[in-house]
Amino acid sequence: MADKVGSVLVIGGGIGGIQTSLDLVESGLKVYLLERTHSIGGVMAQLDKTFPTNDCAMCTISPKLVECGQNLNIEIITNAELGSVAGKAGNFEVEIVKHARYIDDAKCTGCGVCAKSCPIDAIDEYNYGLCERRATYIRYPQAVPRAFGIDKDKCIGCGLCESLCLRDAVIYGDKEQVKKINVGSIILSTGFESFDPALKQDYGYGEYPNVVSSFEFERILSASGPYKGHIFRASDAKMPEKIAWIQCVGSRDRGVERPFCSSVCCTYAVKQAIIAKEHIREGLDTTIFYMDMRTYGKGFEQYFNRAKNEHGVRFVCSRIHTVDPGSDGNLKLVFSDDDGQLREEEFDMLVLSVGFKPTKNVEEFANRLGIKLNEYGFCKTSTFSPIETSRAGVYVAGAAQEPKDIPATVMEASGAAACAEALLAEAKGSQIVKKEYPPEKDVSGLKPRIGVFVCKCGINIAGVVDVPAVTEYAATLPDVAYAEYNLYTCSQDTQVRIKEIIEEKQLNRVIVASCTPRTHEPLFQDTIRLAGLNKYLFEMANVRDQCSWVHASNPEAATEKAKELIRMAVGRAAFLEPLHTIPMSVIRRALVIGGGVAGMNASLSLANQGFEVELVEHEPELGGNIRHIHFTLEGDKPQEYLNSLIEQVQAHKLISVHLESQVKKVSGHVGHFESEVRSKKLEVRKIEHGVVIVATGGVESKPIEYLYGKDDRVITQRELEEHLANSQSTIRNPHSVVMIQCVGSRNEERPYCSRICCTQAVKNALKLKEQNPDTQIYILYRDMRTYGFREEYYYQARKAGVIFIRYDEQAKPVVSNNGRLKVEVKDPILGADVVLQPDMVVLSVAIDSHLENENLAPLLKVTLDASKFFLEAHMKLRPVDFGSDGMFLCGLAHSPKLIEESIAQAQAAAGRAATILNKERVEAGGVVSCVEEKKCVACLTCIRMCPYDVPFINKAGVAEIEAVKCHGCGICASECPAKAIQLLHYRDPQVVAKVDAMFG
Amino acid sequence: MTEHFEPEIVAFCCHYCAYGAADLAGSMRLNYPANVKIVKLPCTGKVDIIYLLKAFEDGADGAYVAGCLEGNCHFIDGNIKAKRRVARAKKLLDEIGIGGERLEMFNMSASMGPRFAEVAREMTERVRGLGPSPLRK
Ligand code: FES
Repeated sequence: MADKVGSVLVIGGGIGGIQTSLDLVESGLKVYLLERTHSIGGVMAQLDKTFPTNDCAMCTISPKLVECGQNLNIEIITNAELGSVAGKAGNFEVEIVKHARYIDDAKCTGCGVCAKSCPIDAIDEYNYGLCERRATYIRYPQAVPRAFGIDKDKCIGCGLCESLCLRDAVIYGDKEQVKKINVGSIILSTGFESFDPALKQDYGYGEYPNVVSSFEFERILSASGPYKGHIFRASDAKMPEKIAWIQCVGSRDRGVERPFCSSVCCTYAVKQAIIAKEHIREGLDTTIFYMDMRTYGKGFEQYFNRAKNEHGVRFVCSRIHTVDPGSDGNLKLVFSDDDGQLREEEFDMLVLSVGFKPTKNVEEFANRLGIKLNEYGFCKTSTFSPIETSRAGVYVAGAAQEPKDIPATVMEASGAAACAEALLAEAKGSQIVKKEYPPEKDVSGLKPRIGVFVCKCGINIAGVVDVPAVTEYAATLPDVAYAEYNLYTCSQDTQVRIKEIIEEKQLNRVIVASCTPRTHEPLFQDTIRLAGLNKYLFEMANVRDQCSWVHASNPEAATEKAKELIRMAVGRAAFLEPLHTIPMSVIRRALVIGGGVAGMNASLSLANQGFEVELVEHEPELGGNIRHIHFTLEGDKPQEYLNSLIEQVQAHKLISVHLESQVKKVSGHVGHFESEVRSKKLEVRKIEHGVVIVATGGVESKPIEYLYGKDDRVITQRELEEHLANSQSTIRNPHSVVMIQCVGSRNEERPYCSRICCTQAVKNALKLKEQNPDTQIYILYRDMRTYGFREEYYYQARKAGVIFIRYDEQAKPVVSNNGRLKVEVKDPILGADVVLQPDMVVLSVAIDSHLENENLAPLLKVTLDASKFFLEAHMKLRPVDFGSDGMFLCGLAHSPKLIEESIAQAQAAAGRAATILNKERVEAGGVVSCVEEKKCVACLTCIRMCPYDVPFINKAGVAEIEAVKCHGCGICASECPAKAIQLLHYRDPQVVAKVDAMFG
Repeated sequence: MTEHFEPEIVAFCCHYCAYGAADLAGSMRLNYPANVKIVKLPCTGKVDIIYLLKAFEDGADGAYVAGCLEGNCHFIDGNIKAKRRVARAKKLLDEIGIGGERLEMFNMSASMGPRFAEVAREMTERVRGLGPSPLRK
């Protein structure tokens, strides 16, 4: 077989593709990131806020966009599609068809003059057609690559943009190109499309202007959207007073051939209602019409409760059948109220919570790629290999596999990276390019010699600001040795020029006055580094985004302000100092805590990538919770899987298993931790490792209600499963069974949803029916949360005659025993009490966090949430990272979840951990806080104030901050009463100099 | 009297949300008065009371701190700490006769370009109404 290739093709530039690309390059594999549209970012870049934290989507994704765009080893290929695929895992030959963009993205600086001059309007797809863009356009302001393109369907070829572009980037004759590459693996992250609500004719989408889809509403909410964040109705530009959401539009609906649940719509509707209420403070009525509220994810149930109780969002459990026009552009809905009464109500605006569907032409795409799809057109995977497609070496992450939310997508993206890394372990690093830099010049003791480069940015800056005058002014400022202006300071030729001038003029500080440091600082820092200057000797003045663009109507004021901004930059630059990082060697070994499915998968994934693993399990055997699982809805055999998993772990020569052992001490930092593991016999082992993965699992809680423990006929789902799997069991064949859902979940004690119990109940019900179709089964539930493709089994259960009765938390079922078991429950639909006399009552009990978590959290200095599950660094974008570097989590330690989700998350944790283990060294330092020991009086303020618990009092009795742990926020520095702490690069004199310079 | 008075205002912005919002205001070509100049810091948690007082001593007519929305600080709670400091600094400014109204704390997300512009306008108007700082020579 041909040698393995150290590169990966990632298809789809949404958040999944971005995450997987970043992980892959960190782990030593080159990436080709293929994107269908003109820019990466996907659907997440179109969202306003994200649940359940209401973080701004753009704030969280845009640093990742920039990172992707700047990484030397990620080749972003936009406006392109997959052609043919040949070869096999380890070495695929792939053809990529790159469509004409008509603007050279390598030359385009994104200045936007072309779009401004373009006379043709077109529908803005990014804003779902709610407004228009030009035929020459960029998808959205923060887009990466920051390059325009021409919509040839609309372009009339007037030549205006071509004549105005000062970079000659417009190519009218651009042609489709085919590019051939060899890659070792392929990762699909092609995402989804939203259901077209016009297909659901009864809801009046497209007919009544005030009916919008939830995706459109997302843009309406966005401050950068078509209405700048104001909510208006299309019919009369009136601010709505009453908005309703209709759930499950294009989901759970056999009529439109979308039988599955789209998993995310319930929570996004909750989010949209909360955000809409925040927008319209005058009082907005919000109502969500739903079938089952499926807020099953981590923190989602609490979010739903807050919406209900604090924000006053109204939730009505009723399927809406038709939407009729009401008075004045309003919409009329008929629904059955909580008490079962039919009611009619008008709303000003209607949002249709549309579901997911597979991407266009997915069959053809799958054929080209040689992978199988499932019956819904999503990528086929299996329970125990949730990330692997049917073709070896091709992996999938995100909604291409099943509708799912951002955290799940991000997790799988890291997991897919781990799979590719294991496959290509020996080829790692072979295609990675590293830049060579000259040695750094020593500038200490030298008088500052500052060079100022003012950018015209075509006419973006120069059209408003008098750039020559500003440059002339800059040359007169103290310490400025040289000043000039450029047409585009960021262009390649200017980089060469800057380097030459640094040499020629002996500059030791450089200022660029141009766009924004958020996108361009790294580029210029790199340039001066190539000229031998430390990258921290650079400063930027933002004279475009924060000056010429916002003061276009007042050129004089803009010119004055540009001068002031440069003066401030010069003031600060004189005080800049070089900063260095200290390389710290990485111990390429992982400590994995917990030997369940998650811990074992994480261990195997790392070991297969060539890293040593110490796996610690406190029980006498490996396996954890899966030992009690005997079958799945999809017909898998968990015990066979478990046995093979244990075998693989035990046979792997890089994995050492420590049973009946516990972690007792952890010290050190990313790259080099030292831990103590104590066995049952009290032997203590010291382990050195570079990363930690926490996979402590969860436990089934013991119910305290419904006669559990008092009557043998009341058992838990897990106990039922054991009976069903055991051919000797005497109670395998009950005549009638009542299952009660949410026992101990979604209440005051455990405000969260345990996620797996609805699926488990349906699974066991179907199993009972399979054994004896005459068994009577009643499932008493609050909301059936069989999300995603699990919906099919819920449907099958109903078809098999399982009776589902909804109950209200306020009127829980009552189980009593007077010889026979008796269950009483109030059916809200019938409005009547139902009395059942089953042989058996089965409780779907809550999942608790592991007791061990409370011991472990302080050892690792990581946080637990209110329910004692571990808290990740960021719910959306860092779902398996802890806030402290080098520590990761997966499985039930994070929150309750299904097996396939635990496995994916374990692989994700391994993928993230590998980004560290793959390095020989981690760099510590840079912008971090430093203590001046002489001044420290050990008052402990910094210790109290640091959000990450980093400072400590050292042996000398003064505060110490380890550079490798510091996040560089500077809170300690500004709180320290003795002024003993300084944040490097933001030392007080450096900040104050900038303020002083503002005033001349 | 204050008709031709153009106040000088310093805005201490965190690198993440507030600075991002300021850039977005640019991308969206929103207009706001040129009186405001930004000093970028990693997080509003780095805003030292000294910086605020120094700005007024140097001759600023107004100052504000702009950070991420509460609960969304990239360093967990730097903006909450900044809020406390701003409150303290406001008191000090009141005591020394400059007036606490000249200083304010704002929170915004990086997608709130319009809010950034609005805040710049709001503060300029407010400070213009208050007249030049008594410290201004
Ligand atoms: S990072 Fe924005 S306030 Fe802390």
